[in-house]
Amino acid sequence: MANRREFIRISSLGLGGVALAGSSLSLVKGSEVIGKLFELPLPDRQRQRVPTYCEVCFWKCAGWVYFNEDGKIRKIEGNDNDLNCNGRLCPRGTGGLGMYYDPDRLKTPLIRTEERGRQSFREASWDEALSYIAEKMQKIAREHGPECVALFTHGSGGKYFGDLLKATGSTNIAAPSFAQCRGPREVGFIYTFGESIDSPENTDIRDTRCLVLIGSHIGENMHNGQVQEMSDAIDRGATIITVDPRYSTAASKSKYWLPIKPATDIALLLAWMHVLIFEELYDKDYVERYTMGFEQLKEHVRNKTPEWAYGITTIKPHIIRETAREMGNASPAVIVHPGRHVTWYGDDTQRSRAIAILNALLGSWGRRGGFYRNANYEMPSFPHPEFPEPKRTWREAFPGKYNLATTVLANGICDATIPAVDRSCNFKGWIVCGTNIIETLPNQKNTIEAIQNLELLAVIDTMPMEITGWADVVLPECTYLERYDSIRTGQARKPQIALRMPASEPLYDSKPSWWIARELAKKLGLQDYFDYENLEDALDWQLRQIGSSLEEMQRIGVKTFERDADDLYFADGEEIEFNTSSGKIELYSADFEAEGFDPLPKYTPHEEPPEGFYRLNYGRGPAHTFSRTANNANLTDIMEENSLWVNPKVASQWGIKNDQYVWLRNQDDITSKFPIKVRVTERIRWDSVYMVHGFGHDQKRLTRCYGKGASDTELISRVHIDPIMGGTGMRGNFVTFILEDPANQRTKT
Amino acid sequence: MRYAMAVDTRKCVGCSDCVVACQTENDVPIGYCRDWVVEVVDGTFPELEIEIRSERCNHCENAPCVRCCPTGASHYSDGGTVLVSSRKCIGCGACIASCPYDARYPHPDGYPDKCTFCLTNRVQKGLKPACVAVCPTKCLYFGDLEDPNSDVSRVLKIRKWKTLIPEAGTKPHLYFLI
Repeated sequence: MANRREFIRISSLGLGGVALAGSSLSLVKGSEVIGKLFELPLPDRQRQRVPTYCEVCFWKCAGWVYFNEDGKIRKIEGNDNDLNCNGRLCPRGTGGLGMYYDPDRLKTPLIRTEERGRQSFREASWDEALSYIAEKMQKIAREHGPECVALFTHGSGGKYFGDLLKATGSTNIAAPSFAQCRGPREVGFIYTFGESIDSPENTDIRDTRCLVLIGSHIGENMHNGQVQEMSDAIDRGATIITVDPRYSTAASKSKYWLPIKPATDIALLLAWMHVLIFEELYDKDYVERYTMGFEQLKEHVRNKTPEWAYGITTIKPHIIRETAREMGNASPAVIVHPGRHVTWYGDDTQRSRAIAILNALLGSWGRRGGFYRNANYEMPSFPHPEFPEPKRTWREAFPGKYNLATTVLANGICDATIPAVDRSCNFKGWIVCGTNIIETLPNQKNTIEAIQNLELLAVIDTMPMEITGWADVVLPECTYLERYDSIRTGQARKPQIALRMPASEPLYDSKPSWWIARELAKKLGLQDYFDYENLEDALDWQLRQIGSSLEEMQRIGVKTFERDADDLYFADGEEIEFNTSSGKIELYSADFEAEGFDPLPKYTPHEEPPEGFYRLNYGRGPAHTFSRTANNANLTDIMEENSLWVNPKVASQWGIKNDQYVWLRNQDDITSKFPIKVRVTERIRWDSVYMVHGFGHDQKRLTRCYGKGASDTELISRVHIDPIMGGTGMRGNFVTFILEDPANQRTKT
Repeated sequence: MRYAMAVDTRKCVGCSDCVVACQTENDVPIGYCRDWVVEVVDGTFPELEIEIRSERCNHCENAPCVRCCPTGASHYSDGGTVLVSSRKCIGCGACIASCPYDARYPHPDGYPDKCTFCLTNRVQKGLKPACVAVCPTKCLYFGDLEDPNSDVSRVLKIRKWKTLIPEAGTKPHLYFLI
């Protein structure tokens, strides 16, 4: 049995996080409603609460913030009526208050004083910092055009900078959530079903009879609603099939674990199609009624037998057959999960297409226990002038390429910032809001080269993440617990809206993004686009258009509406026009063919690790989101550093012991800045190693997490670009172990 | 009345939300915890099994910590819960040493602290313990063993279960569904 004391990490630093951040809650000025809330004659002070929705990850669960006796934020709990969380936040949401109380937070605007990247800043007033940015933006607009300023954004605050950028005439608004994450999935599903998956995923896990996970580690990724529904599915005896080179938590809940050789998934998917088609296990009526291209698909997979796939994937033929039959038997209540972070090997759109096609064969799209039809709530937007038509877009930097990308490529902006003779448009200014692109974009050298070519880098964040160290101007955003934001709409089984309101005044000299963007707009003469004094006035206006009000939402937090029709699933025999070129589900994609891509997904072999090297795989831990939570005291208490999973055979070859720290060096001779603790475990194949993403911070201002664990991003220097949509495949990097401190080795030689 | 908790090891994903929620609910200082997650891996590649358990004080019927406490600070309370009166505690540490489950930690304020099943702050107000209420997988069941319709009684009736270190004779009331 594991020792409890191993779990409890008593640290002398441990108490720092709670002692600070002392200003007591003062009510948001001018809001009578909140005042009333606090005056309610409630017997139990616990019942005094304000609504929020979480910003620790993209799931945006709605919750309530509670206060202690002296009015300080005490805890956050889920809102029972929220469809994203059903009253249960995940560890990150529960620990979200650690973000608010973090003593390392950015506290005041900063302006760079020495060369870029030297981390030398002086404190500035908001007025001075915003003037600096406005002047640079105007200079770039004058000399190069306003579209040469780009925005990188993740999270709620970015909306306001997006609006600002559009008002200036630039639509170059990039979110790493596309080309570094789920872009291939969205494009793959659009060109099959005519619809992207988006977030939260429309997987009907709670009612499924068979859930197939391909590298998707639900439970380690705490995508809250999905974790909850997977648990419900386990209760109901659903079969789970997990395909993963690692024995993930989900694999341990599965009837079948297929420890596939990394980078061979498409071969397995094709073999599954082969079994379904040639054993006639597919949903014939559905395929006939809704799809096109079945005969071509059948021909395509005729020789993709389980025996063929065995030699590629190392998964035994009878297991491939058995698992295909499990899916066939459960059809249509089966989900071949589309995953979320799917930028792996550069043929990811094709892999996502293969997953979509498999779901089509199983008839699961639009069916109970498969994929439900989303319901969205459309909020009327607050009136503003029309945005000007941009003169150029990012696409002009990539003529003829990535035509099927549905949005801006973050890596594309980065590449097009580095001057090149054959490129007419270079980006000159970046605004980065809520995304630590140093740790988000692969190939850090490239990112830093791009940054060194900028005329302006303005960063808005709550924490001094690595990207802030490269900025010309750093603007401290207040955390989600200290601000209003747009009404959360998002997709779910029913249309629903949620409100985020401040539970505290902003600590220090931090400000909400809407305020920062509005003040910047004023300096650029674009205030008409932000025609409100306080965001709550705009929210109240919007809410009144739909028969609610700010006051009502402050009381209830979330409001659920009924669907327009009883159409969560396709009705029997329903005639459906899919939003594809043919109006059918496209097993065969003529659109891909026209663009010069394979109309049916093909397996292509990928490079394998050289002798003594191991494929670097990475993923999520349940207590952390990307790199943004690495300094959160409540969450470092659960996991303060990542570890490197190594198969025992590999460990014994190298003489590496459990808990030993090693450095990693990749195929391009890049060595990890910090050592990482080895976890010798049977739970991983011998050809790959694994670590949780988001650690190994080298920003000293992050005092709690500086130097803890290793960064996978710094070792991802080789990028396999997906030719279809420009995604950055990041799992083609190989690492070897360095057992002695490389710093000492250098001194010796 | 006999409070007990059951943990479904088949559903638990080991996310430690129970730990974070307990910390914020009960003001447990950063660096300490009243509940924790144990993950036991069995087998060799690829024939593997994992048991994941959210653990805490077992609120034993025959609690060594209560027996060995010289001042009565450790005591039985409503529903058989084992609690600590920090007021009466002299900080001798005997209870920490006596617990076979290692369920107690020395609170920096000078007394042993541990899980209370959220008895006074939640359960007696009609709420579930913080860990039970927050668990995204709903793998924690709490209630009165003497009430056949309580969540915990019902799940123990239909599922196989075990307790930890039953040979210690402590009669624990934390059950693990297997």
